[in-house]
Amino acid sequence: MQFWDPRIEEMPKADLQKMQYKLLKSLICRLYSFSPFYHDRMKAQKVHPDDIRELSDIRKLPFMFKKDLRDNYPNHIFTATREELVRYHVSSGTTGKPTVVGYTQKDIDMWSTSIARGLTAIGLGRGDVIQVSYGYGLFTGGLGLHYGAERIGATVLPTSVGNTERQVELMQDLEVTAIACTPSYLLHIGEVAEKIGIDIKKDTHLKAGILGAEPWTENMRKRMENWLGIKAYDIYGTSELSGPMFTECAEQNGFHIWSDIALVEVIDPKTGESLEPGEKGELTLTMLQKEALPMIRYRIGDISSVDEDVCPCGRTSPRINRIQGRVDDMLIIRGINVFPSQVEYTLMTIPEVGEHFQIVVERTGALDDMLVRVELTKESFSDKINDLMKIRQNVEHRLRNALNVAVDVELVEPGSLPRFEGKSKKVIDKRAI
Amino acid sequence: MDTKKYVIKQISIFSENRPGRLAAVAQALGEEKINILAFSIAEANGFGVIRALVDHPEKAYKKLSSLGYNVAFTDVIAVQMKDQPGGLYDIAKVLGDSGINIEYSYAYSGKKVAVLILRVDQVEDAIEKIQGAGATLLEHTVFH
Ligand SMILES: [Zn+2]
Repeated sequence: MQFWDPRIEEMPKADLQKMQYKLLKSLICRLYSFSPFYHDRMKAQKVHPDDIRELSDIRKLPFMFKKDLRDNYPNHIFTATREELVRYHVSSGTTGKPTVVGYTQKDIDMWSTSIARGLTAIGLGRGDVIQVSYGYGLFTGGLGLHYGAERIGATVLPTSVGNTERQVELMQDLEVTAIACTPSYLLHIGEVAEKIGIDIKKDTHLKAGILGAEPWTENMRKRMENWLGIKAYDIYGTSELSGPMFTECAEQNGFHIWSDIALVEVIDPKTGESLEPGEKGELTLTMLQKEALPMIRYRIGDISSVDEDVCPCGRTSPRINRIQGRVDDMLIIRGINVFPSQVEYTLMTIPEVGEHFQIVVERTGALDDMLVRVELTKESFSDKINDLMKIRQNVEHRLRNALNVAVDVELVEPGSLPRFEGKSKKVIDKRAI
Repeated sequence: MDTKKYVIKQISIFSENRPGRLAAVAQALGEEKINILAFSIAEANGFGVIRALVDHPEKAYKKLSSLGYNVAFTDVIAVQMKDQPGGLYDIAKVLGDSGINIEYSYAYSGKKVAVLILRVDQVEDAIEKIQGAGATLLEHTVFH
């Protein structure tokens, strides 16, 4: 078993928490003294650094939201000087103004270290060739993985997104052993490889995928692992925290959240109350060592739960389980909460349809109508209308059971649903807001 | 009896009920100089199946598959219709009496006479029964 930072990765939990308390205390003192934004926030909440006497006192501190970054566009809450900044990343403004994240050299180092620990934990190191097929540029994925992979001494192939045929050829010619990209892009790469007659399982050296930036499921993992002959690992992070930075270990049982880097809480999104380990709620992270843009109790909007048990791999950090959905992606259909990930999970268990889907929600009168468009696979195409009707009824039935809400299903031609080479947009909500 | 020569390879294509799908299929086949000799469309709510007899089924299958269509081969038979009332009834009765189900049928106007394309659940039995009843089946060489 390989470790990048064995001292921290295997540190007993009690020691980790002592370390976290020290880091938190000094961070809060620094912010209260030097940052007008954090100072005012704490004043408004009537909390002073002296009130932070143990780790659980973090619950006294106010939350932060993405809105705080947007409202302070571009850089009004940065806590580093212009001279100290070495990089900006900007997240896409799909839901409003873009957000800008700044980094000091130490911020970049911590980010790279976090990824280096993760890549080491899945058995990568010197001699591995890692193809980084996340977008390079303002998006954090490309450069983030790039620096992390270089940190462990692996060889980076910085292909970015696009020109997929060439990506497949390079993967084969340069004996790439691992690829970092979105799960939907890996599916696309697999399809393109098949089309040009390359069997990734047999014709390449690919053994691992580090997949993130969009939600995916256990079933999708199994499917990709069997199809491509790789181990598929999830990676977690958002640009506000730095970028993708926490991966699963070889056990594939949750993201290791390194305790010296981040403190994770799970809260009830409605009340803000802290939840117990194992309980599902909104992930809330505090970045303990960030210099340019410390995030305190940042509510990410992702739904998951925390596992505090020591991992079988020997690492003591808490783990967060696979992301179940977004607080704001949650669709309310006839009063019932529906996550697109539940739809995906259900479709994965039905062999007659493919993994791509699209949800269309409309309102007729007072009722919500939910339509799920799925691609009929080649193998299950039958000349008989009745067989096709049965497939559709089965999908409708399974979705209704999983979601507790009636769903119409439309069978569409294979390859006709849009494939996105970035974040997937799988929901079209036509209801007037 | 050699029933094989009466088995005709039909291609079936999955299609969404969108305007222009049949035209798109026809155009793709036209590009390959494949002639459509007969076709029918079966529709359900939201999707349909285009069924076609073409002169080069293998080529058609390859072309449409490469374009991403869901395509399948289906075995059908072609019965020459007597130019008199009740022709269809006779054939349906012969098959029905033998417990053979007609899954679907459609017409094809041949050079001189009307032809009925039949998809049945037991192809070989159907061929024997129809011939036994004195009706004429067209050989697949008529089409491809
Ligand atoms: Zn582990």
